[in-house]
Amino acid sequence: MKRRQLLLAAASAAAFGQSGSPDYFAIVNAAIHPVSGPAVGSGTLLVRNGLIEAVGANLPVPAGAWTIEGKGLHVYPGLIDALSHWGLPAARPSAAGGAGRRRTPDDGPANVQFPEEGGPEERPSNTSWLKASELVQPNDANLIAARNAGYATAVVFPSAGIFAGQGTALNLGGGRVGDMVVGGPAGLYLTMAAVRSSGAGFPGSLMGSFAYIRQIYLDARHYKLAKAMYAENPRGLPRPSYDRALEGVLEAPRILLPANRRVEMERMIHFAQELKVPYLLYGGVESWRSAGILKAANAPLLVSLRWPQRDREADPEAVDSLRTLETRELAPSGPSALEKAGVPFAFYSGGIERPADIRKAVRRAVDAGLSNEGALRAMTLHAARMYGLHDRLGSLEAGKIANLFVTDGDWLAEKTAVKMVFIDGRKWEPSAGRPE
Amino acid sequence: MRRRQFLGGLIAGPWVASAAGETLVIRNAKILTVTRGSFDGAILIRDGKIVEAGPTVNTPAAARIIDAAGQFVMPGIIDCHSHIGTEAVNEGSVSVSSMTGIEDTVNPEDIGIYRALAGGVTTANILHGSANAIGGKNVVIKMRWGKNAAEILLAGAAPGIKFALGENPKRRGGGLGAQLRYPATRMGVEDVIRDAFSEAKAYKAAWDDYNLGAARGERRIPPRRDLRLEPLVEVLEGKRFVHAHCYRADEILMLLRVADDFGFKVRTLQHVLEGYKVAKEIKEHGAGASTFSDWWSYKMEAFDAIPYNAALMHRRGVLVSLNSDSSELMRHLNQEAAKTVRYGGLSDEEALALITINPAKQLAIDDRVGSIEPGKDADLVIYDKHPLSNYAKVQRVFIDGQLYFDRDQDMSERAGKAERRKTLHEKQKPVPARRPQ
Repeated sequence: MKRRQLLLAAASAAAFGQSGSPDYFAIVNAAIHPVSGPAVGSGTLLVRNGLIEAVGANLPVPAGAWTIEGKGLHVYPGLIDALSHWGLPAARPSAAGGAGRRRTPDDGPANVQFPEEGGPEERPSNTSWLKASELVQPNDANLIAARNAGYATAVVFPSAGIFAGQGTALNLGGGRVGDMVVGGPAGLYLTMAAVRSSGAGFPGSLMGSFAYIRQIYLDARHYKLAKAMYAENPRGLPRPSYDRALEGVLEAPRILLPANRRVEMERMIHFAQELKVPYLLYGGVESWRSAGILKAANAPLLVSLRWPQRDREADPEAVDSLRTLETRELAPSGPSALEKAGVPFAFYSGGIERPADIRKAVRRAVDAGLSNEGALRAMTLHAARMYGLHDRLGSLEAGKIANLFVTDGDWLAEKTAVKMVFIDGRKWEPSAGRPE
Repeated sequence: MRRRQFLGGLIAGPWVASAAGETLVIRNAKILTVTRGSFDGAILIRDGKIVEAGPTVNTPAAARIIDAAGQFVMPGIIDCHSHIGTEAVNEGSVSVSSMTGIEDTVNPEDIGIYRALAGGVTTANILHGSANAIGGKNVVIKMRWGKNAAEILLAGAAPGIKFALGENPKRRGGGLGAQLRYPATRMGVEDVIRDAFSEAKAYKAAWDDYNLGAARGERRIPPRRDLRLEPLVEVLEGKRFVHAHCYRADEILMLLRVADDFGFKVRTLQHVLEGYKVAKEIKEHGAGASTFSDWWSYKMEAFDAIPYNAALMHRRGVLVSLNSDSSELMRHLNQEAAKTVRYGGLSDEEALALITINPAKQLAIDDRVGSIEPGKDADLVIYDKHPLSNYAKVQRVFIDGQLYFDRDQDMSERAGKAERRKTLHEKQKPVPARRPQ
């Protein structure tokens, strides 16, 4: 460790929050990167009671605020994992999850248990009522590792099944889940995994999954209409049966649809438009050749940072198709193409667990032409915007939630270390000397 | 010898993008129109349509000229039964999967499309598989390689649905560990179809009843929409074609009876290997037949096939086509047609009709494609020899007047692609882990 310039003035215990950081403080003389505006070479950022109070070059530090010396340090908005499965319990095999089912790259980590299914309204592979906020383990090791790497927020989703469940944006401050949740339901996570093998239950194919989802939306709207008519005047009408799977579908403000290849992006844009549901696409492996169709539909895309690569176990002599080889070669240039075309996009961890690997993956996109600022936006303000949370998260602006991270150099540079992370204004220091 | 496979471009588009209003003349060609005789002459193409075809055509000064001296031009081949260009074929979990449709899983980047194009195919009927008695909905595509999914669909083609009889739908599906699925016999297949159409009639009646009530101002919750039954209602109303996979004479007659009972028509019988035994009944029903030239004996129900099937049904007045049901067979349907000259004595023109105008009629797209006539889409194949010759090779293929395949161009790009592939392969080899000294 080199110059560690952290001068906290003499403190009385009463002025500190639960984790030992003060409730009212200023980071001074630091390079500040608000994302929403130009960087300030040497400025002050003032935080009070978990919110950003002011940001600027020549701000006086008010009486009563503690001072953190930021000379030589950089301040950024806390990173946001725009689609995460961190913090959710590992999946338990169950009948409803589809015994013998093969996992696909779209699945994300297996991490949600299916409750027992049954009853007359059984809708296979639909657990739209599951909520990440009710499943998350607040002190999960992945959440802590992410926080140490500069992440302040993760939008966490259950991931098993076709209608996997409702996501929630969580600030990674640990403690009580109730204090971590930011905003309402983030959306409903869908996969196109055919969940049952042929002959063992519908849907058993990609085609079947489309038909199934389409029917669920028709059913949900029919259910909504029947409930409304019944609520208005029940006399003479059959009583609609309560259906939790349809309740979850109706509650979701948006859906997340998998789309890695260009053909999948075209297909899913078309499908979401047909369903008339707000949507986010996730995946984006072929975004290097899809900017045109995304732009034409103004389709928002969550780009996985797990770039395709050759399987280490693969036969070294086997030569893949040119199409596969080109995809591996060019996938990291996708974000650059999206940035140039003006397509809204954000990054997500895509199952990468080591924060060092995430930074490496972002650097590959930057090496392939994405601007440093564009990369930061894709992990802060643009990620927040995907879920309508840009009014409170994603940039360093007065009145927003004080989620930030502080480094000793450019956030992407290989040797840069994260010195502090603030979440809701509370300071966390990555444990020194421990490898990520 | 291994069949050579055309590589196709990674992000290929049509090599010659014809600007709107471009005029093209193919001349000095031997032209096989299929419907209007054969002659040495020229074809005038404007805005993707055939304007004129004859011994001489009006050649505007601005026209681009393609000299096809010594070569043969025929209409693009139409395959009435294919499963290319889709990422799913069977929804085999249920015996009635009419809620599914190929349109949801069209993949315009399937290399099978490019290879079909290289075999002279310009249009194909992409069907659901034969795993169930009532399968999913079809699409008709043109081999517009390089275009998006929505752009390869042949707009205006009548919607259809796949049915299947015999061994495939009565298999219990799934193999080890799978649940048993009804039906397990041919009797059961018939029952599944009858049952589904009875349900469809009841569904339609429920909606008719609701609409009547609503018109009278009654306050009622509408019936739930059912995507499984809606396509069957369309069949009953004559708005959706039935393409039925079948082999044996008995099951063919069964389906025709079921259709008569419910008052719908079977548009095409697919494979229909024993069609020669019941050609009169097929003709009376008005169904078309789409068969193989000489593919048989791969299972019990395919043992009674004969190579004269197409010719015999044709002679009985049935509208007959030859299909591939295979991405390999699809690349030489011209040779399949030639076999009906040898087995059954069809004329050259009758043989070519089996893979052009006849399938076009079966799919009700004969106003657009299937022959070289003024007003039709300029979907054309240029062969170096007569297409019914085993030695004929496709040289160029046009769809809507645009060049989508050019053999010389493909050949000239191969070395560069091979080189790029080698370079990338080397680059992406994983670095061997370093061992401690």
